[in-house]
Amino acid sequence: MAIVTVRSAVCVLGQFPALAGADLTVDAGEILLLAGPNGAGKTTLLRLLAGLVPLRSGSASVLGVDLTVDCRAHRRRLSLIGHETFCYDDLTVIENLRFAARAAGARDEAANFAATRFGLGAIADVRHARLSAGQRRRLALAAALAREPELLLLDEPHAGLDAQGRDLLDSILVAASADGVTVLVASHELDRARSLATREVIVEQGVVRAGQFVAPAGRAAL
Amino acid sequence: MCAKDLRIELRARVVMAQVLPFGVLVLILFAFTLDPNSAILPRIAPGLFWITVLLSSILAVGRSIAVEAEHGARDALRLSGMDGGAIFLGKVAAVVVQLLALELVLIVATFMLYSIDVRGLEVLVIAAISATIGIASTGTVYGVLASGAKVRETLVPLLVLPICAPVLLGATKAFESALAGRSGEAWPWVQLLGAFGALYLTVGFIAYGTLMEEA
Repeated sequence: MAIVTVRSAVCVLGQFPALAGADLTVDAGEILLLAGPNGAGKTTLLRLLAGLVPLRSGSASVLGVDLTVDCRAHRRRLSLIGHETFCYDDLTVIENLRFAARAAGARDEAANFAATRFGLGAIADVRHARLSAGQRRRLALAAALAREPELLLLDEPHAGLDAQGRDLLDSILVAASADGVTVLVASHELDRARSLATREVIVEQGVVRAGQFVAPAGRAAL
Repeated sequence: MCAKDLRIELRARVVMAQVLPFGVLVLILFAFTLDPNSAILPRIAPGLFWITVLLSSILAVGRSIAVEAEHGARDALRLSGMDGGAIFLGKVAAVVVQLLALELVLIVATFMLYSIDVRGLEVLVIAAISATIGIASTGTVYGVLASGAKVRETLVPLLVLPICAPVLLGATKAFESALAGRSGEAWPWVQLLGAFGALYLTVGFIAYGTLMEEA
């Protein structure tokens, strides 16, 4: 079943056409790698799917919601990780996680579980402002998971993480996919991203084309 | 949303440690400028008090906007799936609580600095609450409008201060009447404040989600 369907999508940022007729279909439970050079439109594509960037023309449907009609209704059911942490400096780790979870209608237990999964238990009462860059990245990823999303949109999720954190993230993403969560990962770290992806597409000059990478037999069924 | 904003303020103490001293300083400067021995001070004290509150509220509203500007929190709010009206009411409630605490200290300072006898306390309290809801609602509505602008800090006062002129007038007149022992004359002004607050609460509740998207 297609979770994401994009047809001839055009998005314009200022005068610049960030997406110039992009087509994309993503099925439930896939881990899709979005590869491509800087400025190709990967981030804009993720923000379009999150309903943060309007369509100039074309169509897009995410989680059964037609974005040309309503770009907000599906947001509670997805999480987006961008270059920012989306957290408040003066709230602690656990308070930020609980705020993210409650906003999406998830329970506090989901926030506690996400903190544990990402190894944030020992710093649960530390404010975001006092965290290192790597700890902030873990918190942002944990907050995304705490929302119990059906769709995860990740923009360079490995950036800022140490080796242990990267391995942990990969295992969590594969487990989430096995639980039916659909994951889109925009990344320049192709070897690492390919090790967990089930399929790859290349975003270039605002359009999407099929990538050469195909997951090993059995991976696509994750 | 309200609890989150208040928790952040309790930790950061921007309103209490920076906005409050600013307000007290403005009241003291008015007293210096207008000669503390002059009989004019008690007469114009309500106006000076509300000008001080209005100027201080701009800083408090600015802080409320700034909190959502850090680390992409505004996008996080848009993505959260929370209803725009609920976000608006939460942010207004947090600003109202902070401003009422601020006004409590400033009114005591005003009474002491300007040698004013307290009268019509009931009217003073109701007028202050009504005016504060109006200021907080207006500030929150125009604050989100300006939140995407690079000149946000200067744009918010330019938008909010003229719109709040009826609040300044109504609250000043209500306070003047109450402090002069003519509480009956204050109620029409209190009604004006109530109507203004209700209007902007309604507008904000309906429009905040859309304004957040467009900002």
